[in-house]
Amino acid sequence: MANSEAPEPARGRRVIVLQADFLFHKLAVLMATVVGITLLAAVAAIGYDSWPAIKTFGVLGFLTSSQWDPVSRHFGAYPFIVGTLVSSTIAMLLAVPVSFGVAVFISELAPGWMRQPVSAAVEMLAAVPSIVYGLWGLLVFAPAFANVEPWINDHLGVIPGIGRLFQGPPMGIGMLTAGIVLAIMILPYISSIMRDVFIATPVQLKESAYAMGATTWEVARNVLLPYTRTAVAGGIFLGLGRALGETMAVTFVIGNSDNLSASLLMPGATIPSVIANEFTEATSKLYISSLIYLGLVLIAITLIVQVLAVLLLGSLRRRPGGAA
Amino acid sequence: MIPLYARRRAVNLFASSLMFAATCIGLFFLAWILWTTLKLGMTAMHWDLFLKDTPAPGNGGYGLRNAFVGSLILMGIALLIGVPVGLMAGTWLAEYGGRSRMANLVRFVNDIMLSAPSIEIGLFTYAIMVDPMGHFSAISGGVALSILMIPIIVRTTDEMLKLVGGEMREAAIALGAPMWKVITHITWKGARAGILTGILISLARISGETAPLLFTALNNQFFSTKLGAPIANLPVVIFQFAMSPYENWQQMAWAGAFVAIVFILTISVCSRLILQSAVKRS
Repeated sequence: MANSEAPEPARGRRVIVLQADFLFHKLAVLMATVVGITLLAAVAAIGYDSWPAIKTFGVLGFLTSSQWDPVSRHFGAYPFIVGTLVSSTIAMLLAVPVSFGVAVFISELAPGWMRQPVSAAVEMLAAVPSIVYGLWGLLVFAPAFANVEPWINDHLGVIPGIGRLFQGPPMGIGMLTAGIVLAIMILPYISSIMRDVFIATPVQLKESAYAMGATTWEVARNVLLPYTRTAVAGGIFLGLGRALGETMAVTFVIGNSDNLSASLLMPGATIPSVIANEFTEATSKLYISSLIYLGLVLIAITLIVQVLAVLLLGSLRRRPGGAA
Repeated sequence: MIPLYARRRAVNLFASSLMFAATCIGLFFLAWILWTTLKLGMTAMHWDLFLKDTPAPGNGGYGLRNAFVGSLILMGIALLIGVPVGLMAGTWLAEYGGRSRMANLVRFVNDIMLSAPSIEIGLFTYAIMVDPMGHFSAISGGVALSILMIPIIVRTTDEMLKLVGGEMREAAIALGAPMWKVITHITWKGARAGILTGILISLARISGETAPLLFTALNNQFFSTKLGAPIANLPVVIFQFAMSPYENWQQMAWAGAFVAIVFILTISVCSRLILQSAVKRS
């Protein structure tokens, strides 16, 4: 090393190597920063574009007004907020119990050879694009459902109190149809998380309960569910986030009406569906801005749900091949 | 038999049947959706779909060529942006960030973006690209799709790189390899199959996305490859055609849905095979 010329070229290369190292590191930091600020940037950009509407209608005025009238240029979000919450509630009421059933069936009841194919099939529901759900919902499911609706009218519609929810013309499309299609779409997300945590429950816990003579149902209810309740809640919130923001499938089957109706068989609209439906037809600056403002309201709703989901799921990271 | 035991058995039988029924409901809807798409899609299949462009309203033409080409262009743009950004960000998380507060914050934001409704991504891209540019364009559609794709790639890259053993890294460092060489030549290679799977899954995810394209790439009735102009794409064409009263348009919507599903299932199967062969080799 002490010799005269030999170290020179070596040192020269070392500098180049260090620079490459430096550049690679900085590039990685830059990209990670870009990823880290996207959420903030999205909220800021959407907030900026909805500013004209915020200035005109305010916050409370926009949220509580149920008048959506492009002609008189008055826009209110109330019917769409209600529509979003109602359709998602229907979806959750249907999807959560079914997902629980699917998850327990796969993890506890199904014979070994059945588990893999059944899980893969249920997860395939998550791979079907929402546009196909919409197409199927509008052209196949809604006409079929229209045949069931008279029965709903006659049997559920006569129940005192909640009967009003199930009275209406049998059109096939409407709030209830949207809720059902949403339920099918979020089923794989909720059930795959439940299944994963049920399978990951320590065998000793399950086996000791079985050894005490507990039945499968008792193990599911008294061992699996209490042990995994945080992750199960996380999975439910994840599904809810999906349902709230789902656009295309809902746009196809909800009927797109900005009139609020007491009946679930009547057409309605959600925040995403009205944006998707009217965005390209919006003519005035204020109209577009109001639609983007609706998007801002949607972000506020979904962000709360998503943050809860991520926090509840915590260290439980979804697998790359999974539905997430 | 003791009555209590009989009751517990009956409850268990009832609950088990409900769970079995729940699984059947899920599989029933999957079969129904796939079967309709396959049946109606197959009957609507015709060579003209790939050779001719979308017809004008009301005439009996048949073709989706511009939509297929447009979708491929959009996916190409998304890959060109999404893969480098996602790969480098995921690499930073796994190799440099580790468990630091900053890294966990990036992971948290990435998790939120992973499940963010795609319509919000569409509005975001509209606000940062379409609004300033003043018109809809293919490039903004590609950007919107890349924003959807990046969180998936970041997540899988981060997790797959963490699976590569520390010994390999240490051996390379001990031989004097600089960090960037260790990462590009050792850890990336070790996690190759997993990272590729992540990219394929993200591609499957964006290939059917419609909502973000409505506000960015929009649609184009004609064949176009211009990045600065609106471009036809399969999902938006399906949306438009399904809502239309024309018989041939609805048929084309089914054909398009069929192609989209076949594309997505092929990608999913490929990614599973890649992952399996990688597991077998190690």
